[in-house]
Amino acid sequence: MLRRLSKLTWIEIKIFMREPLGAFGTIVIPVLVFLVVGRIASHGLTTDSLAGSGFIHVGLPVLASLLISLSSVLSLVTIISIYRESGILKRLRATPLRPQTILTAHVIVKLLLTVATLALLVLAGKRYYPVGVHAPYLSFTIALLISTWSILSIGFLIASIVPTARFAQPIGAFILYPMIGLSGLFVPVASLPPALRAFARVLPLTYAVSLLQGIWNGDRWLAHVYDIAALVLVFVVCTALSAKVFRWE
Amino acid sequence: MPPVIQVLGVRKTYGSMVAVADVSFEVNNGEIFGLIGPNGAGKTTTMECIEGLRVPDRGTITVLGLNPTRDVYKLQDRIGVQLQQAQLQKRIKVWEAVDLWASLYRKKAIEGERLLEQLGLMDKRDAWFMNLSGGQKQRLFIALALINDPEVVFLDELTTGLDPQSRRAIWDLVRGIRERGKTVFLTTHLMEEAERLCDRVAIIEHGRIIDIDTPQRLINRHCAERTVVLATIAPNAADRFRAIPGVVEVIDKDSRITIRGYGDDLVTTVIHCLSEHHIRVTDFRTVVPNLEDVFLKLTGRSIRD
Repeated sequence: MLRRLSKLTWIEIKIFMREPLGAFGTIVIPVLVFLVVGRIASHGLTTDSLAGSGFIHVGLPVLASLLISLSSVLSLVTIISIYRESGILKRLRATPLRPQTILTAHVIVKLLLTVATLALLVLAGKRYYPVGVHAPYLSFTIALLISTWSILSIGFLIASIVPTARFAQPIGAFILYPMIGLSGLFVPVASLPPALRAFARVLPLTYAVSLLQGIWNGDRWLAHVYDIAALVLVFVVCTALSAKVFRWE
Repeated sequence: MPPVIQVLGVRKTYGSMVAVADVSFEVNNGEIFGLIGPNGAGKTTTMECIEGLRVPDRGTITVLGLNPTRDVYKLQDRIGVQLQQAQLQKRIKVWEAVDLWASLYRKKAIEGERLLEQLGLMDKRDAWFMNLSGGQKQRLFIALALINDPEVVFLDELTTGLDPQSRRAIWDLVRGIRERGKTVFLTTHLMEEAERLCDRVAIIEHGRIIDIDTPQRLINRHCAERTVVLATIAPNAADRFRAIPGVVEVIDKDSRITIRGYGDDLVTTVIHCLSEHHIRVTDFRTVVPNLEDVFLKLTGRSIRD
């Protein structure tokens, strides 16, 4: 089981790195957003404009991390749809491989990709970021992995429902990216109008942002038990739903 | 030795569409068994039920003593599968695919490199899947189906879309599989393929088996008529042929005589008659019915329709 999983995971990593846009698009774009926006935002920054510096210190790193996570999820949605459409999933199923091994391999590839991109982000941040980056990296990495793992289950659900590979990426992006707007990253959830606030509370990204911001700021894990519980709940619900509606061909 | 595959009363529907109505047959150890019929007859669905990829609505299937639905992973370990219209990851290399597949099976896999050599893929071992030709892809899929040294090999429409030369090469490969003592179960809508390759065939149409036997016996049973066409200017020749036992019709038209009759000895008897009466012929050929004719006779339509 473990030997098969590691073999499949390794091959999927190699294949992903051969994609012309795959590796470059998913790894480089979040890092570029982080650096470019950081530079622009810091340009007009004065020492007493606290709102601006707050965004630079916490908002932007969290935004960039979230983009890493979402692009991993979208890449998963796309790959699963393509694999289904072209019969790769079916061919893999006609072996002693368990279905969960096939899907787990893809989740691991995406989580590894997330960590790799985050590492690149931190390195680039230390070197080029206007205000430098000082944060609890290990805890933040774990928080990002938990968030990504949870959002990946949403990705699976999207991949289960979307009929063709052509629509997988745009539909996934259409569902996931607007969530960022209400996630509390730009406007605190507490200061949203009541109706929007209620809506924001059911969006999984809200909890991911709360967790990531808190851990970045040095909060203790205990302070974010509810965020983690919400993310686990999202995972459980989405996984159960995908298990019901997932099609192999 | 019990049959390797036993299919009894299998039915499979997709919504209101009946893909397989009622199918029963047995496949013996060491034979090449072909399920033949037009597209949409239920070949692939039947095969995928046997492979454990689909669950039949009704009926029982036993493969190597296993139930394909309940023991699907145990079964997958012992069989090799080539699917119709399957793909691999676009950018997976040939050797990586073989290496990955070899790692998936519990059984000691036969050596991947040797398999690639046998299938003529050695010079393509570092090529990406997407850059292979149709024939090369098909050969790679055969390699993947053989990597675990399976007891039964399933091949679904394996030469569809290939040029005649690649097709012949693949037929040789399949015969090679049988020579190694394996059982081969294949589907095809090419009657020539079935006739040249299969020890026994089952003809399927509209989800039902119409008849099962060796290609030759099917032909003898359903299209027993033999035809000899010859050209001669000898007088009275036509009358002499009419006297041959088993001959039902002789058409004499512009010195071209068509003799239709029954029996395996018809051709020999005609030749005897020619030499006995010193009839000089300038052309001689026989028309032997094939599986295509059997199919036409049994279903009232050509398989290509």
